[in-house]
Amino acid sequence: MYQYDDYDRRIIIERAQQFRGQVARRLSGEITEEEFKPLRLQNGLYMQLHAYMLRVAIPYGLLSSKQVRKLAHIARTYDKGYAHLTTRQNIQYNWPRLANVPVILDELASVEMHAVQTSGNCVRNITSDHFAGIARDEIEDPRPYCEILRQWSTFHPEFAHLPRKFKIAVTAAPGEDRAAVRFHDIGLRMVENAQGERGFEVLVGGGLGRTPVIAEVVRDFLPKRHMLSYIESILRVYNLAGRRDNKHKARIKILVTALGVEEFRRRVEEDWEKSRTPALELPDAEVARVSAFFAPPPYENIAADPDRLISLGLGRDRDLGNWVKNNVFPHKVPGYSAVVISVKKPGIPPGDVSDTQLDAIADIADRFSFGHTVVTHTQNLVLPDVKTSELPRLHAELRALDLGEANVGKLTDVITCPGLDYCDLANARSIPLSLEIAERFDRIDYLNDVGDVSIKISGCINACGHHHVGNIGILGIDKRGEEFYQLMLGGSPGNDASIGKILGRALAQNEIVDAVEKVLGRYLEIRDSIDERFLDTVRRVGFDPFKEAVYGSADPLEAAGGD
Amino acid sequence: MQIIRDRKIVEDDFIHVADGAELPESGKPIVTLARFLKERATLLPRYPAVGVRIASDKLPSDVPDLAKLALIAVEFPKFTDGRGYSTGRMLRDRHGFTGELRAVGWVLRDQLFYLERCGFNAFEMKPGKPLESGLEAFKEFTVTYQAAVDDPRPFYRRR
Repeated sequence: MYQYDDYDRRIIIERAQQFRGQVARRLSGEITEEEFKPLRLQNGLYMQLHAYMLRVAIPYGLLSSKQVRKLAHIARTYDKGYAHLTTRQNIQYNWPRLANVPVILDELASVEMHAVQTSGNCVRNITSDHFAGIARDEIEDPRPYCEILRQWSTFHPEFAHLPRKFKIAVTAAPGEDRAAVRFHDIGLRMVENAQGERGFEVLVGGGLGRTPVIAEVVRDFLPKRHMLSYIESILRVYNLAGRRDNKHKARIKILVTALGVEEFRRRVEEDWEKSRTPALELPDAEVARVSAFFAPPPYENIAADPDRLISLGLGRDRDLGNWVKNNVFPHKVPGYSAVVISVKKPGIPPGDVSDTQLDAIADIADRFSFGHTVVTHTQNLVLPDVKTSELPRLHAELRALDLGEANVGKLTDVITCPGLDYCDLANARSIPLSLEIAERFDRIDYLNDVGDVSIKISGCINACGHHHVGNIGILGIDKRGEEFYQLMLGGSPGNDASIGKILGRALAQNEIVDAVEKVLGRYLEIRDSIDERFLDTVRRVGFDPFKEAVYGSADPLEAAGGD
Repeated sequence: MQIIRDRKIVEDDFIHVADGAELPESGKPIVTLARFLKERATLLPRYPAVGVRIASDKLPSDVPDLAKLALIAVEFPKFTDGRGYSTGRMLRDRHGFTGELRAVGWVLRDQLFYLERCGFNAFEMKPGKPLESGLEAFKEFTVTYQAAVDDPRPFYRRR
């Protein structure tokens, strides 16, 4: 993975000094709380319901075991013994004391980590495919481009005070989008043109939040060397023309929608023609310099044995078999597999990992996966490079650590925001709901029978739990002071991107998990075969059978009654 | 009034003139863009140096006679309004503006490093903010990744 040189290191050290000064100026009264807020936000420090929250950047989700140990140490020493994996492949601490934040930043800097631009109206952490570098279906490794973007976005002088936050995601796997690029402010999809040249399809204006929008293609093919100059033009058009009068209408998606994609494209291309210079072009030497850090680890030469996984999946150890079927993914190198460690388990809020688990994961990464782990946007962890022959041993170790859940991509692999338990924006709690789902459906045969289905829960319309793109989305709302939940069906974040729609009237806290069960029950009755996924059934039959299952009537008025 | 210009605290030698107010007998006035558009034919020959003050929603292309202006003051109605950073960069990089580029309004120390990189060389700090503190901001970072007005080469061409 990328290693800092003296320059990268100096920037992070100077940043830590700068933040100390900002805190001191706040304390001395030189700047007001209002003036301090964007400064602390751009250093990842939020004020939440009960305490400060510190969000640490994990560029494109990639961590070394040394970094994981440091995160464990911080959780143990400065927090309550756990950390929380976020939907932007970052990690956050929910209980740091303000006085300890500068020390935590020093600790992070010692392992080449920071909290820069994890919040605020600036370019945020660059995210990518959690199987980047090992996926069989990728054109090339997207991480060097993510790292180049990380450096470019770090303290960009022109774009530190955008109308609103700005999220960029990169994928190089045309067949399957695991980075939800169509729901980012900018999504880059690596593609090859007719001449075999590689470049990016540039998507702009996707996002969730109050107004979910699927990104539009602004450019079919951008040669890779123009990546930075073109993105600068997109950001300049947005910085100048994006709305600043209403924070709920300030994201780039609103600008693209208001102008129309043709006019937006015209403005970007016009700016680009005027601003691009040869110096801004990405030289091959720089791509090569950064790419060298992502060279493949020393894989052993192992003969391909495609039957091995199948036999593990069907073996006598049913726990192992289910885990291999659900948590193990193909790797481009023969004899190796990618393993997703699920942290979604009954009784544990989705995404929470304890300090002891983090330490153990670091240890396991060293022994099984060349010391690397990756945070997924679904709030799990990947061991990218595991020898297929070692899977039984790895599974046994993970199980002993309570990390052997075989539910990746299944019903209980829920994505959720922190909700009203932590967040002062939330209308409703989301964690207890995810715990109830984990409890209710904690039967592996049922999970396997229902198959691939995603549940995503947000505690308010800001949609941090990505409910719009859940096959089943749940949105917490406030109804006369009580927590209610809207049930949505049909969302998908991938290449077949779609935004879920509300099924009917909002449901009370004691109704919502029953409703999920009814929806799934109806799906099991009406799917045309066991191969038809939940999402495909919803797309085929529409909402009526599910309305009928939940509300006892498919009549839209009745189903929507009172809401 | 004191301002920061070229990393030094100096006495301001320009005079802001409000739209209805009378123009000074002599000296260097800064007028609003609206007034400049109406009166530029008389303003430019009358004074040794003329400055124009533009709101944050104006673009360089909205300002005529750029080459004849000694100063452009870009307003920051709020410190979180970042349009002026792009305006500054376009004025310098695209329009070749070489006069004084001044940030006015809600200007704080923690903007100065970025503003200077975007081509600003003069700063009217928000009233009440110490200018000495502002002077320290320019040296906070000794490494920068991006191309900007201060150096058209991204760091990968300087590394």
